[in-house]
Amino acid sequence: MSNTRSSALEHLQSSGRNALELEAISRHFGALVALADINMTVRAGERRAVLGSNGAGKTTLFNTVTGDFLPTTGRVRLFGEDVGDMPSYERARRGLRRTYQISLLFGGLSVMDNVYLACSGIKRGRFSLRRPRRDDSTMESADALIRAVHLDDDRDALVATLSHGRQRQLEIALALAGAPRLILFDEPAAGLSPSERSELVEILQALPDHISYIIIEHDMDVALRVAESVTMMHNGRIFREGTPAEIENDPQVQELYLGNGQA
Amino acid sequence: MKFEHWFFNATPGSGFKPSWLIVAVFLIAYPGFSSDFFTFQIGAYSLILGTIALSLMMLAGYGGMISLAQMTVAGLAGYLVAILGDNSVGVMGLGWPWWLTVFVAISLAALFSAFVGAISVRTEGIYTIMITLAIAVALFYFVRQNYTIFNGFTGFAGVEPPTTFGVYWRNPLPFYYLCLAIAVLSLWAVFYISRSTFGLSLQAIRDNPRRMRSLGFNVAAHRIFAYFLSGIIAATAGVLMVWFNGRISPGSVGVEVVIDILVIAVVGGLRHPVGPFLGAIVFVLLENFAIDLIDRERFNTVIGLALLLIVLFSPDGLLGLWRRARQRLSAARQTRLAAGRATRDGGSESYNSLSNP
Ligand SMILES: Nc1ncnc2c1ncn2[C@@H]1O[C@H](COP(=O)(O)OP(=O)(O)OP(=O)(O)O)[C@@H](O)[C@H]1O
Ligand SMILES: [Mg+2]
Repeated sequence: MSNTRSSALEHLQSSGRNALELEAISRHFGALVALADINMTVRAGERRAVLGSNGAGKTTLFNTVTGDFLPTTGRVRLFGEDVGDMPSYERARRGLRRTYQISLLFGGLSVMDNVYLACSGIKRGRFSLRRPRRDDSTMESADALIRAVHLDDDRDALVATLSHGRQRQLEIALALAGAPRLILFDEPAAGLSPSERSELVEILQALPDHISYIIIEHDMDVALRVAESVTMMHNGRIFREGTPAEIENDPQVQELYLGNGQA
Repeated sequence: MKFEHWFFNATPGSGFKPSWLIVAVFLIAYPGFSSDFFTFQIGAYSLILGTIALSLMMLAGYGGMISLAQMTVAGLAGYLVAILGDNSVGVMGLGWPWWLTVFVAISLAALFSAFVGAISVRTEGIYTIMITLAIAVALFYFVRQNYTIFNGFTGFAGVEPPTTFGVYWRNPLPFYYLCLAIAVLSLWAVFYISRSTFGLSLQAIRDNPRRMRSLGFNVAAHRIFAYFLSGIIAATAGVLMVWFNGRISPGSVGVEVVIDILVIAVVGGLRHPVGPFLGAIVFVLLENFAIDLIDRERFNTVIGLALLLIVLFSPDGLLGLWRRARQRLSAARQTRLAAGRATRDGGSESYNSLSNP
């Protein structure tokens, strides 16, 4: 671990700012209560897993954090700032990133164009009518990111033609672009082969220390290897919080998971 | 994916092709072997309509936004030329110098286009078509009822391009080359911008606006800027149009011509910036010569049928027809070559099939 990384981390932690604070979040869809009274704090640099059966409200929770849609009630604070009804692009500019459970990519563009745009999202010159040069700093960071997620072979391929696994890798690359400070991963391992899974775990473990993330993951093996704290959700509520060991050994959690046939 | 996507998504521009050189030579030499009628009424007019349709192609092909207000933007620029510059009607005609007139006309019309964008930016697909059509109809009735500025039903006549460098620009030959220059410049601009940071962001917004927001892009602002840029192109062509006709009236921005632009762009093909120009040539030829075969009233029927046939048999327009024809030709050539090789090489077939998968 480099010095700059840990000092950035110390700075963040000593400033007393949490990456994310949720206060009494609820979200209704008509009569359906998808989220009810969610309180959650994610420290700067913390890595947390969110578990829960289908329909528990995990994705909805992400949507309220990113501003994809607003919570019915409650407060969202990002890095100490109340982001209330701030549009999602403003939240992204403050360092929030996410991946989507069902890949949302730019099918008509190449892998490189996708990653280049992700890197431009938080930079100046988004309206530039000039073509980016190969040695432009954004192009260079896009190139580096493509190598980091092992997509170099498909650099110029049209995204719509990529395999599912590759699209999932690109989905993650888009969330790592720019200077993320808090990343929300929505089931990044879904549909990946075992070797792709271990690649994913490596990528997550190699993220700089100051980056916080929350990962939704059904695969306990993956979740417990990449997270230091776990939140278990059920029917729109937080059911348990604790360390991976505590959660794993909790009889009620085991019952829930076995009851749903997912382990 | 939305239903429209498979027929009008354009991909970012690729490199230079030698066939362009042939087209360029033809376009430059064209007045040399054409009558004044063909140079002016067919050549220049196709280029102007093609440029207006190009501004729609840019919005639709790259941005996924079908606007029916492109002719309205062009018409507004034309009106402003008559109002700020000179006309023979005795209404308005402020007599500004031509360069200031043209600059202000294009700027204001492009701002109007941005305004159209701002109004329709939160709509999608058929709703964008409806709301931009509503704006077009509103402007049509406004200019028809407003006599103080737009001279109502009559509109303006006697609008002339300037004489500069000793050239009277309304003569067929110089006017043709002026239109050609504007068309080529616009085509190049659209082509170049398609691979710029903004152009890529526009195509990404077309593919997935929600994701673009979560990457930090203000999607609405990007869409409005796209309307502004396409407005510059449409307005520039609108100035040429009023110089071409010498007159402008509510009919110049009526529903029929507004829809003609959509027809031209769709018939030509929205997947490539060249498509609208192809569509414009076909449209202008039909408009001029279908009359000899059928009477005026049936012209719209012919155009409507042409549109129907194109959409049924080649959803990506004439350009798509051409592309498929070429693919089929080259596929046929490939199989002929492969067949030739197979008979020639006899026994070594297995080797061949490896090297030519
Ligand atoms: N946009 C929406 N409109 C209506 N209902 C919704 C919407 N989004 C989610 N829901 C409902 O809210 C509940 C929680 O959904 P959510 O997608 O958050 O679950 P999840 O925990 O992510 O489940 P999964 O593991 O299947 O992804 C579900 O009952 C779902 O049907
Ligand atoms: Mg989900």
